[in-house]
Amino acid sequence: MITAGIDFGAKNVKVVILNDDKIVARGSALTGFDLKIAAKAASEMALKAAELKIEDIVHITETGIGQGSVDFAADSVSEVGANAKAGVKLLATARTIIDVGAEEARAVKCDETGSMKDFVVNERCAAGAGAFVEAMSRALEVELGQMGPMSLKATEAVPMNAQCTVFAESEVVSLIHNQTPKANIARAIHDAIAERVVSMVRRLGITEDVLLIGGLAYDVGFVDSMKHGLGVEVHVPEFPEYVSAYGAALVAQERVKE
Amino acid sequence: MTEMKYQTKPLDIWNEGKALRQQYYENYAKAHERGGIRWAGGAWAYSAVPSGLGDDVWSLTGEPYGASVAFNKEFAARCQEAIEAKGFARDLCAYLRNYLGSVVLDEYVFGGEFPKPDFMWTTHICCSHAKWYQIASDLEGGVPFFCIDVSTGLTEDFNERRRGYVVNQLLDGIDWLEKTTGRDYDDEKLIQAVYNECEATSLWAEICVLNKTIPAPLDEKTMYSLYVFGTLMKHRPEVVAFYRKLRDEVQDRVDTKIAAVGNEQRRVITDTQPPWGFLEVFRYLEKHGVVSVGSLYTFSLIGAWEVKEDGTWGPRTTPQQQGIDIKTRKQALEILADWTHARPEWQHFYSAHEKSDLMLRIVREWKVDGVMLHYNRGCEGLTLNIAENRLAFKEAGIPVLPFEGNMGDEREFDLERTKKAVDSFLELLGVK
Repeated sequence: MITAGIDFGAKNVKVVILNDDKIVARGSALTGFDLKIAAKAASEMALKAAELKIEDIVHITETGIGQGSVDFAADSVSEVGANAKAGVKLLATARTIIDVGAEEARAVKCDETGSMKDFVVNERCAAGAGAFVEAMSRALEVELGQMGPMSLKATEAVPMNAQCTVFAESEVVSLIHNQTPKANIARAIHDAIAERVVSMVRRLGITEDVLLIGGLAYDVGFVDSMKHGLGVEVHVPEFPEYVSAYGAALVAQERVKE
Repeated sequence: MTEMKYQTKPLDIWNEGKALRQQYYENYAKAHERGGIRWAGGAWAYSAVPSGLGDDVWSLTGEPYGASVAFNKEFAARCQEAIEAKGFARDLCAYLRNYLGSVVLDEYVFGGEFPKPDFMWTTHICCSHAKWYQIASDLEGGVPFFCIDVSTGLTEDFNERRRGYVVNQLLDGIDWLEKTTGRDYDDEKLIQAVYNECEATSLWAEICVLNKTIPAPLDEKTMYSLYVFGTLMKHRPEVVAFYRKLRDEVQDRVDTKIAAVGNEQRRVITDTQPPWGFLEVFRYLEKHGVVSVGSLYTFSLIGAWEVKEDGTWGPRTTPQQQGIDIKTRKQALEILADWTHARPEWQHFYSAHEKSDLMLRIVREWKVDGVMLHYNRGCEGLTLNIAENRLAFKEAGIPVLPFEGNMGDEREFDLERTKKAVDSFLELLGVK
């Protein structure tokens, strides 16, 4: 049975196509202003990779910010619901799944079946999400992809305001003027965001194993800061930004079987 | 929309309630034309006391007025901008900003110029209320202002000495009212107003108790339009009469299984003021069969409660039910102070644990499946302790949805993001 999941992220729309529970293709497109266009582009990319047509897909479930914006999705699931479902599939022992995307961070506690037990989502502030790292990399004049490796070379911990992207940016500027090495600043940025996410996750209670997903899970500096902040091992799956879409596709499978 | 399980219909008394509310705001606005007196103050004020000045004394309570402004988003934005332009910070109480903005604009949300009160009569219930009417008085050119300090702590600590502290201020206040208005004070009218207030607030608790029934005869969005009379004029005979009729109708809905929400599957409660401009969140819940059956706020901001013999919460026994014959001004004020300071909503300000315990009681007795907690940036006082309350629910194994917003400032509420969080909550409750 072929199903698909679409995840409308703040920065990218992601699509995962499943044949039974096997991933056969992924697709992604910049979200931009028109969610329909982005969803179409991401879907076409995945369909092309899978050599399928949209009619071949039995059921499509959507998740993320733009639910209801495409007519080819049959239903929806929340991101935390999708994350719980996919997280346990990817790592059977996962019980806490932390998703840090471009504009939002969220965490879900789940059981061995992938059922959500509790969740927490950051409120109206980008300081605990990927947009924060993007803004800081611009201030540091460092390629986004280099922030992680640079952060791992830090020699000293530098405290930084974790509460507001705007204030943090002015702090970065001050640190640059103080001749603080860029590696130490990059580390301070990752620690600041991790501190905020960890504080949010602690409201749930940390139950191992912990799986870190979302676009920021690609950033090795952030992952390291999260490990230190949580004080436990943090697992990162392959293609971490596609996990919500994968979860939505798994939910689609369940709903067809129902 | 999930499957309809119960019969449902609107309240028969609904239009009567609308007319009563409209009459309240009109009575205040037209009081001078009719030879009456206008006063302004908080909904927590001892509103029965100015009644001794006559039957033609009309009040404008600031919080419901601020909420009415919030419901009119365009006007609310203008009020907020007007008061912020005068240097008042955006993180102050949203009701205060809506009220003061309306004063500065000289526009009444119900039409016409803002009706200036003859005096201010209020209490220091929270940090905002401690200054609200002092500022309003200044903005309106020095309206006479009397404020009562009510910082007496938890109900269990409200002893004779503390009651005396409040009652002495009220006695001074009555002298001040006579001097300020030039009218003689009538103790008989005060006594009747105290009887009315006790009966109205006990009746509201009785109505809330009926919502323990499955299906709930009332949903919280509807309750907002009903509890409000207790915040406008809980001492007036027309409110007593309205609540008696409402109690009878809700009892009838219970007897005949008329539901507020025909597809009721799950029951939730909230904690404090909602984002007034976005009550559609409740309708969104209802689409999925989730009904909010009340809150500590709707039940007990005005409701008078006591623990009954069987250990459950019920309406407080009124002085008249106890056969108490109030004979003197002081006795009336003592009874009123005892009654007022036992209101459960009062406990918010003093104890996180007390608030959690009260809400856990509601969860148990009203058969509640989940709790929504509003991190209300518009009200520091009643938002205090929410993180602590969340932990208490978590320990009790009750699903909780904290959401961020503002009761009166739409700039601080993100509807789509809130709906997304609600979606996750609905999944947690097993209905989506």
